[in-house]
Amino acid sequence: MLEVKDLHVTVEGNEILKGLTLTIKKGEVHAIMGPNGAGKSTLSAVIAGKDGYEVTQGSITFEGKDVLEMEIEERAQAGLLLGFQYPVEIPGVKNIYLLKSALNAQRVARGEEEMSAPEFLKLVREKLDYMKMDPSFLQRAVNEGFSGGEKKRNEILQMLVLQPKLAMLDEIDSGLDIDAMKVVADGVNSLRAEERAILIVTHYQRLLDYITPDKVHVLVDGRIVKTGDAELAKELEANGYEGIEEGSAA
Amino acid sequence: MATEEMEQLVTREYKEGFVTDIESDTLPPGLNEDTIAFISNKKGEPEWMLEWRLDAYRQWLKMKEPSWAHLDYPPIDYQAISYFSAPKRPEDMLQSMDEVDPKLLETYEKLGIPLHERAALAGVAVDAVFDSVSVTTTFKETLLEAGVIFCSISEAIHDYPELIKQYLGTVVPKNDNYFAALNSAVFTDGSFVFVPKGVKCPMELSTYFRINEANTGQFERTLIICEDQAEVSYLEGCTAPMRDENQLHAAVVELVALDDAYIKYSTVQNWYPGDENGVGGIYNFVTKRGDCRGDRSRISWTQVETGSAITWKYPSCMLRGKDSVGEFYSVAVTNGRQQADTGTKMVHIGEGSRSYIVAKGISAGRSDQSYRGLVKIGPRAKGARNFTQCDSLLIGDTCGAHTFPYQEINNSTATIEHEATTSKIGEDQLFYCQSRGISEEDAVSMIVNGFCKDVFQELPMEFAVEAEALLGVTLEGAVG
Repeated sequence: MLEVKDLHVTVEGNEILKGLTLTIKKGEVHAIMGPNGAGKSTLSAVIAGKDGYEVTQGSITFEGKDVLEMEIEERAQAGLLLGFQYPVEIPGVKNIYLLKSALNAQRVARGEEEMSAPEFLKLVREKLDYMKMDPSFLQRAVNEGFSGGEKKRNEILQMLVLQPKLAMLDEIDSGLDIDAMKVVADGVNSLRAEERAILIVTHYQRLLDYITPDKVHVLVDGRIVKTGDAELAKELEANGYEGIEEGSAA
Repeated sequence: MATEEMEQLVTREYKEGFVTDIESDTLPPGLNEDTIAFISNKKGEPEWMLEWRLDAYRQWLKMKEPSWAHLDYPPIDYQAISYFSAPKRPEDMLQSMDEVDPKLLETYEKLGIPLHERAALAGVAVDAVFDSVSVTTTFKETLLEAGVIFCSISEAIHDYPELIKQYLGTVVPKNDNYFAALNSAVFTDGSFVFVPKGVKCPMELSTYFRINEANTGQFERTLIICEDQAEVSYLEGCTAPMRDENQLHAAVVELVALDDAYIKYSTVQNWYPGDENGVGGIYNFVTKRGDCRGDRSRISWTQVETGSAITWKYPSCMLRGKDSVGEFYSVAVTNGRQQADTGTKMVHIGEGSRSYIVAKGISAGRSDQSYRGLVKIGPRAKGARNFTQCDSLLIGDTCGAHTFPYQEINNSTATIEHEATTSKIGEDQLFYCQSRGISEEDAVSMIVNGFCKDVFQELPMEFAVEAEALLGVTLEGAVG
C-alpha cells in the first residue's frame, strides 16, 4: 500500500532522513520508534505534504501513485491521514464544521455524493460516544482551549469519521494520562481493518502495550536500523536505543 | 505552502462592476455656490435648506483636508467632480413602481435587490439610491401604517421639514470635519427614518447605494431617529462600476436614539476597490455618528468593509444618556492595493455608559490597513466601561496592519479593557485543514470566516450569508 524507498529529506539544509526504506501492506499496523531527533516526525510530515521539507532523493508511492506529486489535500482525499502531535487551534471554526467540510471534500473528490446533515450527525454522534467525548465538543472551535488529552481524542475522532486507508499517528500518546491513553488506543484499535493500515510514530513503548503492532521499526539518525515484531518494542524498553545503535554498528 | 506562493495575487472578479446605459442629467464638473443652488433647486428645496447648504459650503472653503490618516493618495481635485447626476425621468416624484425606468429595475435585479414589493426580500424594505437620487422606496405604505417614516431624505425635506430642522446636523455638525462640511453643502440624496415613541419597526430597513455615472461623486445623507422605546434595524449596501478613475463618495450618517431606544445600523460596503495595480476605485470618506441622547439608549454599528480603494471611516457613538450603550463590530478586508483607515470613537458622557468595540482587520496583497479607535471618558461619566478587542490577520507578507488606539480617561471610576492581537494566517492552520482533504481556497475562507465570526453574528440574518460570500470573493486568489 505504502512504499517509501531510499528517502532522503533535508530541512533548512540539514539532512534529517538519510535513505529510509519502508513498506506497509494493507491490514498491517506498523510502529516507528526512535530517540528524539531521529527523524520520526519528519517521515509522517513528508508523507502528509508539510511545507519546509525537501526530498532530495528517493520516492514515496501510495497504491501505486507518486505521493510527492500530489497536493496536500489530494493526499488526504486519496486516504492518507495524519493525526498530529500538536494539532493547531482554529478560532471561530466549529469542530463539526471542519469535520463535515473535510468529509464532504473527500467524498466529492472520490466522486461520491456529499453526506446529508442527518446522516452525518448520526455518524459523528456514534464516533463521539466511542471516544467518550461530550457532544459539546462539536460546537467548540477546533482545538481551541482543548486540553492535551482532548486534542488527541479529537484527532482520533477525525480518523474514525474520515476512515482513511492509511492512518498515521504522530506521537499520539504524548501528554496523555493512562485513562486517556486507553481511550485513544481503543479508538486506534477500532480502526484496524483488513483494508486499512496504521502507522504509529512514538518515542515510548507504553502505547504499544495497548496497540499491538505487527511490525516495529527502529529509526536512528535518519535510517531504519532494525525491524522486528512487537517483542522488539519491549526489548527497546528494557535496553534503550543505545543498545540498538551499538548493535547495528557492530 | 511557501511564502512566495502566498504572495501571488489577485485574480478576484468584481461582479458588480457593470455600467447601466441610461440617459442621465449630469451637471458639468465644478463646485461653487451656483452648483449648490442648482442642486437645491433641482430638488425643489425650501429656501432655508439652500441657506443651510451655502453656510456649510462657506465653512468648507475655510477648512483643510485632513492628513492625519495612514493613507496615501494624490490630492483630490474637487473642481473635477460632477456633483449631480440623475437618471432622466418625469420632474414630479414617482407615484408607483410602473414609472421607474425598467433599466433601473434591471440594474437592481442584477445586484440582487429586486425592487418590486412582490419579489422583494421578505421582511426588508429598500430605498434605492442611484447616483444622486433615490429611485424608489419599497413598503413605504406598510411602514407608515405602523407609524414608521422611511423615505428618501429629499422627500423628508419636503414632507417633514420640522423633523429635518429639528435633527439634521445635530449629530454631525456642518463644520464637523472637511468631508462632512462638503457633504452638508452638496448632499443629493440618502435615506430618512423616523420611528415614533414605543414603536418597534416591523421590518428591516435597507438602503442600496449605487454609483453609475462616470466622474460623479456620491454625497449621501442619512438621518435615523428613534424616539423613546423605539427600535429599528437598518442596513446599507453599496456598489459601483469598474472605472479607471477614482470616484469620491463622501457620506454623512446621523443617528439619534432617545430614552430606551435601540438603533442597529449595519453596513456591507462593497464599492469598487480598483484593480490589482491600484487603478480606479472609490475614495470612501464617510462620517457616521450616533447620538445616544436618551437614558438607556443603545446604538450598534456593524460594518463589513470589503470594497473601496481608500476607506476613511470611524462610526462613532456619543454616549450622553445615563446607562447608554454604544457598540462597534467591524470586519475590514483589504486586498490588492486597497488602503483602509477605519475604527470608531466612543465618547462617554453619561453616567454608567458602556461601550464595546470588536474590530477585525484582514489584510492581503499589497494592501495597508489601520485600526484607529478613540475611547474618551468624560468627568461626569461615573462608572463608565469600555471593552475593546482588536485583531489583525495578515495574509502573505507584503501587506500592512497598524493599530492606533487612543484613550482619554477623565474619570477614575471608569473601567477600560483593551485586547489586541496580530497574527499571520497560520501556515499550520492551512496545513491542518488541507491535510484533512479541504482545498486551500476553502481552508482560507474557513479560517477567515472563523476569525470574523464575532462580528458576522451581529449582522441581520439575511445579510450574514451575503457578508461571508463577499469575504470569499474579496480574498479570492489571496493565497496562491
